[in-house]
Amino acid sequence: MSDHIIKFDKVGKSYGSLKVLDGLDFEVKRGEKVTIIGPSGSGKSTVLRVLMTLETINAGVVYVGNEPLWHEQCNGALVPAGEGHLRKMRQQLGMVFQQFNLFPHMTVRRNIAEAPVKVLGLSRQDANLRAEELLEMVGLADQADKYPHQLSGGQQQRVGIARALAMRPKVMLFDEPTSALDPELVGEVLNVIARLASEHDLTMLLVTHEMRFAREVSDRVCFFDKGRIKEQGTPEELFTDPKEQRTRDFLKAVLDA
Amino acid sequence: MAWTEYLTPLLAGAWVTVQLTVYSTILGAILAFAFGIGKLSPNGLIKAVSVAYIEIFRGTSLLVQLFWLYFALPIAGQVIGLDLRLPPVVAGVLALGLNIGAYGAEVVRGAIQSVQKSQYEAARALNFTPRQALFGVALPQAIPEMMPPFGNLAVQNLKDTALVSLISLGDLAFRAEQLRNFTQDSTTIYTVVLFMYFGMALVVTALMKTLERLVGRWRYASN
Repeated sequence: MSDHIIKFDKVGKSYGSLKVLDGLDFEVKRGEKVTIIGPSGSGKSTVLRVLMTLETINAGVVYVGNEPLWHEQCNGALVPAGEGHLRKMRQQLGMVFQQFNLFPHMTVRRNIAEAPVKVLGLSRQDANLRAEELLEMVGLADQADKYPHQLSGGQQQRVGIARALAMRPKVMLFDEPTSALDPELVGEVLNVIARLASEHDLTMLLVTHEMRFAREVSDRVCFFDKGRIKEQGTPEELFTDPKEQRTRDFLKAVLDA
Repeated sequence: MAWTEYLTPLLAGAWVTVQLTVYSTILGAILAFAFGIGKLSPNGLIKAVSVAYIEIFRGTSLLVQLFWLYFALPIAGQVIGLDLRLPPVVAGVLALGLNIGAYGAEVVRGAIQSVQKSQYEAARALNFTPRQALFGVALPQAIPEMMPPFGNLAVQNLKDTALVSLISLGDLAFRAEQLRNFTQDSTTIYTVVLFMYFGMALVVTALMKTLERLVGRWRYASN
């Protein structure tokens, strides 16, 4: 029994000749907050999308809580997983999207409560209660009856976070959660994520370009390049004393911007 | 004869036209959803049946479909020993509904496909089943998109009902023809009939607009 909740074992993913993940080895401990940084096309978002079962893999094995995510055991061999297995595994993960992806035809409350009712089988009443608690947490208690288009981007993303949390996942995946926001709205979303990180033992995986934020909240920062981890370490190590030239170049480019 | 004297027989015909329009549009809507969704099914057989239905009824003339159901089907039935004679109303509603349903199915398919992929991804991330994603996430967003083309089809359908007079159904066009044979007063009769069709088309358009607002209520919420 290892204490890893996520493990990528030589995982490969390619589109035609383009290798997005190239024999990636990557582990995340239970409760760990890990930030993934790197240039675009380095495969950092793909890591999250593979975990959320939105993208398949071509090689290797991904483990979530010691069980293969994309495979099932069959007579001692690993075979591609069926939808039933994927559904069971997906239950452990929650995702926050760059473009929020809220359901435009549902009120904020319904956006959060719908999956707990339909998927977890909660009563509508209990799910609404859960939704309201979460809205309280993200500071939007008074917006429950609004529709997404009536909210600002920052508010929408906070609803997105509440919606993912309502499924009580063990691992939260944040895919560039502030990249689509106006600069003045970034702070309110980062504050919610930072509070989540400090107050819960949730495992968190965050892809971001907010370097200062990454430094504050994460236990570990991974620099991705060409589908692999080029360098990783504590935020202190990686940001103040990067070993690799490639890391130095990237950090210089984004910090100067 | 004064033109007001035409009104009673023409209104009786208009009532038949209204009934034909309502029944065949409802039948058409049911078929449109069934086969429009069917065309997107991962199941090959369901998909094939849907495509076949859509192409056959879009690719052949409504008049021929109508004649086939009313005149040919009973004879075909006789050959295999079944009584497939249809009352004119049933043949009319079937032909109109099957025809409009084929066009509507393409509207349904297109609207479902226009729902952003990211919506399906969010549904998947929340562990909805594909069925829940379709009915809970995609369709409620797609239905308001369908309403304007559906409105066109409903008006088209209203006007197409005139064809059923050819299988001696007493609709508005049939009554008009009867009166004209009797009085030779073509100008007055057909002018009244034009206005009657136009009035009914306005009502259909208004109904569809109301329906459009109803199914897309969430779009109009404002701060």
